[in-house]
Amino acid sequence: MKKYINTGNKDTRSGFGAALTELGRTNPKVVALCADLTGSLKMDEFAKENPERFFQCGIAEANMIGAAAGLALSGYIPFAGSFANFLTSRVYDQVRQSICYSNNNVKLAASHAGITLGEDGATHQTMEDIGLMRMLPEMVVINPCDYNQTKAATIAAANYFGPVYLRFGRPSVPNFTPENQKLEIGKAIKLSEGLDVTIIATGHLVWEAIQAALVLEAEGFSVELLNIHTIKPLDEKAILKSVSKTGALVCAEEHLIAGGMGEAVSGFLARVKPTPMEFIAVNDKFGQSGKPAELMEAYGLDRVHIISAVKKVCSRKCK
Amino acid sequence: MSKNNILEQISSQVRRDIIRMVTNAKSGHPGGSLSSTDFLTALYFKEINVDPEKWKRNGENSDMFFLSAGHLSPAFYSILAHKGFFPVSELSTFRLFGSRLQGHPSIEKGLPGIHQSSGSLGQGLSVAIGAALAKKLKKDPNTVYALIGDGESEEGQIWEAAASAVHHKVDNLIAMTDWNNQQIDGTTEQVQSLGNLEEKWNAFGWECIVANGHDFDSISEAFTKAKKIKGQGKPIMILFKTEMGHGVDFMAGTCKWHGKNPSVEQCEQALSQIEETLGDFD
Repeated sequence: MKKYINTGNKDTRSGFGAALTELGRTNPKVVALCADLTGSLKMDEFAKENPERFFQCGIAEANMIGAAAGLALSGYIPFAGSFANFLTSRVYDQVRQSICYSNNNVKLAASHAGITLGEDGATHQTMEDIGLMRMLPEMVVINPCDYNQTKAATIAAANYFGPVYLRFGRPSVPNFTPENQKLEIGKAIKLSEGLDVTIIATGHLVWEAIQAALVLEAEGFSVELLNIHTIKPLDEKAILKSVSKTGALVCAEEHLIAGGMGEAVSGFLARVKPTPMEFIAVNDKFGQSGKPAELMEAYGLDRVHIISAVKKVCSRKCK
Repeated sequence: MSKNNILEQISSQVRRDIIRMVTNAKSGHPGGSLSSTDFLTALYFKEINVDPEKWKRNGENSDMFFLSAGHLSPAFYSILAHKGFFPVSELSTFRLFGSRLQGHPSIEKGLPGIHQSSGSLGQGLSVAIGAALAKKLKKDPNTVYALIGDGESEEGQIWEAAASAVHHKVDNLIAMTDWNNQQIDGTTEQVQSLGNLEEKWNAFGWECIVANGHDFDSISEAFTKAKKIKGQGKPIMILFKTEMGHGVDFMAGTCKWHGKNPSVEQCEQALSQIEETLGDFD
């Protein structure tokens, strides 16, 4: 298996911040809005360099979504930032009507997604957001895996016309994808070739899946690993090609099973190629306070659980 | 003929269109459409700088209007048609399958004159603020107009927008409220009392103007004043005092016709009270 080297832990939100700063310097159409979380979202440099293009919206997310829509229909490219929870469930109807139904070119910059938000607990952790956003017609959903990829995804989102939900996180995590990569929306990235099983991972789970694959390969499993940064539109071609070869699949994500990437993949495969499958995701419960790593372990979202899931799905395939 | 007489003629035809559209569709919202007809007619035929020939969704080099209370679509569509945005005959397709005239305004089917889809209440004022901020960024001196309902003002987002517009000094925005005191379940006092709307908007830091929304002199005076104080650091709200169902005796002053279509007989009865001035659509 190809080696992936962690060049140093970084938070994915900082990848967003770096890209936004870059966009501020290169694209005069880019504007930003934030609901009293400028530091958390790493939007402060953009705000400092472009005060006339930055709109502090206060703790009033619904109005922020509407204002972003108005800026977008007037020709700007707004990035509206808050915690993932407050950009999805809190303002679902605003996102639905003011952005998606009006096909407004708004980018939702959703930080602190998933359970790795950690200590704040379930009020601030969302594991429903991918499901909510992928249900909306017109919406593109991107969940990059590390700092470099989040930066690339932010640039790609700015260059794409239409609503985009860009999901990233709070904790520092391994940074292992190429610096200054180009991200192609809707195109899966194959991280390793294999014959026995396909692992599809997204977001923070991609690094865990790489570590799991290394252990599994040492035990004799031939693992094919796909990084699905774009959950909608799903790279159906890449998924079908891979499972046609391996015949078994594990999907891994920091989200509920309901509505998640795994469910999107299973919905597709049920129609074209039913495949034995296991889900690394949370089954119908809220999170709680704790450190990110201990929460990932407790909720079954780490490499250990991926390894077990692979063994289980491979045994199902044999039957 | 005085300008007001022309406006009266147009608004009379708009009222006939409203009644005929909701009767034809067997659904729709005549009550609020009739209460907002006069000041919307004055807006489109006297005040606003929009040219149907040059209109763009992005509002480039022109004023923009956002209908937040999307259920007032019958009045809005009729006015847009008579202004020349699309053929008046298209009003006959209102709410029918495949029509560009969706139940609530939608950009999906590309109807000219619509900047933003609306219908789920409370959202349009925020969108108008975004468009007004965009005009400031572009150094475009034109004005953004928005219409909300008084019942709609029960939505929390309206007051988020109210605070935000003041904070960002959105002084190129002239918002309007159709203050007809009625909503679906009863009067605003019965459903959720709004208190003194004038004091509320003033307290939020807006320049607030109150006018009689059925008197073209009062309407004109309000717009003139609004345009005069535009650009002085504060957003502007015109509260148009109106009557729900105005112009049709059995629809006037009651919530009962908020979202109900008349029967064919009731339609005839209503039309007998409103003069046909510009010709009914086919």
